[in-house]
Amino acid sequence: MILRRGHRILVQGVTGKQGTFWTQAMIDYGAAVVGGVNPRKAGTVHLGLPVFASAAEASGEAPFDVALMFIPPAMAKDAAFDACEAGAKLLVCLTEHIPAHDVMEMMAAARANGTRIVGPNTAGLVTPGETFAGILPAFNPRVFRPGGVGVISRSGSLGTLLSLVLTQNGYGQSAIYGVGGDPIIGTTTREALEILDADPKTEAAVICGEIGGSAEEDAAEYAAGMAKPVVAFVAGRASPPGKKMGHAGAIVSGGKGDYQSKRKALEAAGVAVADVPSDIPKLLSARLRAAA
Amino acid sequence: MNFEEHAAKALLKARGLPVPDGLVAESPEAAADAARALGGACVVKAQAPTGKRGKAGGIRFAGSPDEARAAAADIFGMTIGGHRIERLLVEEPVPIAAELYAAVLSDPASRGPVVLFSAMGGMDVEEMAAADPAAMRRIEVDIAAGLNAERAAAALEGLDLNGKAAAIAEFLTDLYESYRALDAELLEINPLALTEDGRIVCLDCKYTLDDSSVGRQAAVAEAGSPERMTALEAEAQAAGLKYIELDGSVGVLANGAGLTMTTMDAIARFGGRPANFLEIGGEAYTKAETALTILLKNPNIRSLLVNFCGAFARTDVMADGVVRAWQKLDPGIPVFFTIHGTGEDEAIALVERELGHRPFDLMDDAVKAAVGAAAGGAAQGAAA
Repeated sequence: MILRRGHRILVQGVTGKQGTFWTQAMIDYGAAVVGGVNPRKAGTVHLGLPVFASAAEASGEAPFDVALMFIPPAMAKDAAFDACEAGAKLLVCLTEHIPAHDVMEMMAAARANGTRIVGPNTAGLVTPGETFAGILPAFNPRVFRPGGVGVISRSGSLGTLLSLVLTQNGYGQSAIYGVGGDPIIGTTTREALEILDADPKTEAAVICGEIGGSAEEDAAEYAAGMAKPVVAFVAGRASPPGKKMGHAGAIVSGGKGDYQSKRKALEAAGVAVADVPSDIPKLLSARLRAAA
Repeated sequence: MNFEEHAAKALLKARGLPVPDGLVAESPEAAADAARALGGACVVKAQAPTGKRGKAGGIRFAGSPDEARAAAADIFGMTIGGHRIERLLVEEPVPIAAELYAAVLSDPASRGPVVLFSAMGGMDVEEMAAADPAAMRRIEVDIAAGLNAERAAAALEGLDLNGKAAAIAEFLTDLYESYRALDAELLEINPLALTEDGRIVCLDCKYTLDDSSVGRQAAVAEAGSPERMTALEAEAQAAGLKYIELDGSVGVLANGAGLTMTTMDAIARFGGRPANFLEIGGEAYTKAETALTILLKNPNIRSLLVNFCGAFARTDVMADGVVRAWQKLDPGIPVFFTIHGTGEDEAIALVERELGHRPFDLMDDAVKAAVGAAAGGAAQGAAA
């Protein structure tokens, strides 16, 4: 789903330093934040929001659609279980370095409860002009502006840069979908592309991929059948193989997940691939003209 | 984190899985002693956290302690997959009737554990897949329910396993339990031997511990192979920073893995070569001063490119760290900034005020300037 202004958001870990900073920014932006969770501060009020002991408790008094997690890695699994069991439609998990077995247990809980997980290790979701959930500077109009281009990114900083490049060149964004830098994630690049394809406000999609895994190859399969233009940039062309480039998922090993295989798959699917982010606007403009 | 075969096997043995008797030897004489203790005949195996040791000549059969000593003398000093061999595993020989393949791994596609099994083991998974894709049996496991022997047995149906299907199914459930208990990213037994006397034995073992689980598996991780790194990489790791030394001349300081890789790509695209990967995104955004201090110790750096695109990472906090390190160290090389995102107004004002540099509005312009300066172009860091 695309995050909409009306989506009610519960913030798990709302009272921490980052939880406080970003929740206030979300409220200021107009996001429908309905409450927070911290078992040790249940019953108090923080940023004008009721604080609950759990998502389960919140679901009775402050019904929510989206749970947003500011939770350290060791506690992430239990917080995710709580959110899924409390009926979250969407769980945005920002946490990096969650043990992979815990992540898989979170995914199983999401499946069992009909929750979609975005992340872990995502910077979150922005729908410019409407709302956001996460740690992206949605409130900075030099970076994010409403428009028709959907952006998918494995990296928060790169998603921010590409949105900036789009905005600098007159292209606003319909949605920014941070899918996360971990190898095992709840919403893949391909699934985010399907979501943007189904969104009537999205006219074109930009994929910010990176080396490692097969997310871009899988997305290319879907892009091949899309009527909307798709442009991509894949980070890591100049990165050495066999090294984890910051993200757990960004590693080329045994010849798998390398730059050329991704670029080839995307181009074979009709996706225009940019050498540097600044090439994206002109590729996008050419594709949009051809599509019109 | 990877483990050498002997360390992985010790972990399996402690969990009751069948591995051959063996001893670690760090000299040819120790290998001969180990052979004697094992009854004379043995297998001498190079230890390195890498595959293809057999193909590289690092695994030898020896009929006696003297032969074990000679084999060991040949293997010590070999370099396999970039690893210099300093340890051997000397094992009892196993009478092999058939070589099988078994593995459990964390699968991004199904978002859960997958058990793989083939009756044709002993070669690369890629070779197996190419030779006969249907021979590889695949069990997607519901991590909440676990794997039971019935489910494993059902997956083995139709395979010729010398009447050992039930025992192998039982072994697969044990292997799965070990994968779970050891927070493995991969636990692979190749080959898994069926012996002439009807036993199942793990002849080799590849174990990769999930890097995000090292903290809660501290005791296990002590037996793992430390990642090979340069002195500066080790210093950065100790400071909680991800730094990778490269062979170029343009130093890179950026926030976030994706942006840092992209900055390196842009340097390469405009004709330069990055000197490093170093990112201070996420929780590390307060460590800019430490990061820059480490980065500047690389003597090959001719110019520095600072590219911040703040989301969670506040550019004003990062810029403050850069300014402090720069004023303290006065490195005498040109520096080029491009700063956007959270905190940019304060960050840009700080850099202008303290260092006299106007950050570039466009990333490409900053990259081109840094590349030019590294090549001996401009001596000044400030933008025109």
